[in-house]
Amino acid sequence: MAILDEEAAKKIIVETLQKKKGKTKFYLKDFYKWLPDEKNREIKNLVNKMVREEILEYWSSGSTTLIGLKGVGKQAAAEEGDD
Amino acid sequence: MALKHKTPLLDELESGPWPSFVSDLKREAESRQKNEKGIDFQCPAEMPEDLLGVVELSYVHKRTHWKHGGIVGVFGYGGGVIGRYCDQPEMFPAVAHFHTIRINQPSSKFYTTEYLEQLMDLCERRGSGITNMHGSTGDIVFLGAHTPQLEEIFWELTHNINQDLGGSGGNLRTPACCLGGARCEFACINTQHICHTLTNVYQDELHRPAFPYKFKFKFDGCPNCCVASIARSDLSFIGTWRDDIRIDQKAVNAYVGGELKSNAGAHAGRDWGPFDIQKEVIDLCPTECMNWDGSKLSIDTSNCTRCMHCINTMPRALRVGQDTGVSLMCGAKAPILEGAQMGSLLVPFIKCEDPYDELKEVIEGLWDWWMEEGKNRERIGELMKRQGFQRALEAIGLKAVPQHVKEPRSNPYVFWKEDEVPGGWKTDIDEFRKYHQR
Repeated sequence: MAILDEEAAKKIIVETLQKKKGKTKFYLKDFYKWLPDEKNREIKNLVNKMVREEILEYWSSGSTTLIGLKGVGKQAAAEEGDD
Repeated sequence: MALKHKTPLLDELESGPWPSFVSDLKREAESRQKNEKGIDFQCPAEMPEDLLGVVELSYVHKRTHWKHGGIVGVFGYGGGVIGRYCDQPEMFPAVAHFHTIRINQPSSKFYTTEYLEQLMDLCERRGSGITNMHGSTGDIVFLGAHTPQLEEIFWELTHNINQDLGGSGGNLRTPACCLGGARCEFACINTQHICHTLTNVYQDELHRPAFPYKFKFKFDGCPNCCVASIARSDLSFIGTWRDDIRIDQKAVNAYVGGELKSNAGAHAGRDWGPFDIQKEVIDLCPTECMNWDGSKLSIDTSNCTRCMHCINTMPRALRVGQDTGVSLMCGAKAPILEGAQMGSLLVPFIKCEDPYDELKEVIEGLWDWWMEEGKNRERIGELMKRQGFQRALEAIGLKAVPQHVKEPRSNPYVFWKEDEVPGGWKTDIDEFRKYHQR
């Protein structure tokens, strides 16, 4: 990362997501707002890395992709049910 | 053979003269019931039967019984798998999960029989046995797989069949190209090579979400636009040329004399009378840049818009030029928001040669602008409309040229800045506001 080190940036992402009430999945652009001094491309790379590290997870409608903390919000098991 | 669910409404769809997906599903259902090859099905054999059941129920209720979207995918990829669940899992347990898998199709969709058989075997054994060849972006689509099979299918695809997943979500979508020089004499560029190369170069953008919304590349070898890139891709590559159309005057006269069939005989089903070059070619030229003096055809290339009509009509006499490259069109999209949009001409001509560095500069310039300025779920064509075409030009460092102006005097989207005009100018904003309130 350009300004923050990677761990500090990850911490901001995780803490911001943990503070959110109601919504659990966010657009990539929302992540850009949380780290205003970093380059968008670097944030994108970090978010993708955090998915590989299983800190975050993707949610896809097929046309749009959202990102949230792994295990938070509606999960595969619930998606199968009728909620 | 009796199927699990009665489907009287779907059966109606088999009654017309056209091919029916219902018949196809029933055939697959029976084939899986019999299982003559003794396949070790990893998803329930009844998937096609339960699919017929759930679709029938949707026809009865006149609403869908699918829930669309989910967190399912393969490890590290943010695209290629689209979650789908049935909201009546007790009634239709075999399709309780029915995830879609998009698979990157080979360039121009050339297959070997062996490759197709491998794909179908995989879909039959680990999926529902139902495919969609091809999805609207061109992908090979496996319809309906259960969650535990996703990673298994991905492993077999990448390790045994040497094929990758396609794009979905806020990613670069699976690039698509026409048949190109492999089957077509009009191809001005090697469509398969650029499609394959850029697919590999932009692997990260294909598999890991980076964009506000979808982004599609399509490559057409000539302005006939057989993959409809101008209408269906955010960045359309259309093969073109900047020298003269090659004219074989002898062959032109052979068309006029009736020795050669116009349009390669494509309209031979009816007698249209003798070929009339003036009426069928010269008078139809959109820029009126052609002339026929009774024995010789001439074309003013500087006014030709590459509509392809004359070449399509007399392919033995006229051939595309030899100094070839591409025109880039930006911003086409389907009508989800604000109606459909065709691509706008962004780069009139650019050479298209390996390793495509100049093209990559254009692509990455556009992406950087869109990633910075685009709103969530805003296509680049919508951003271009919102901020102005000039911003798209600035993003790629290109100056406006006359070809960019769609409607002179009614579409003033090129605005001069002070530093672009020799001497500049001074604006007294207070004086201006005296006469023009905000």
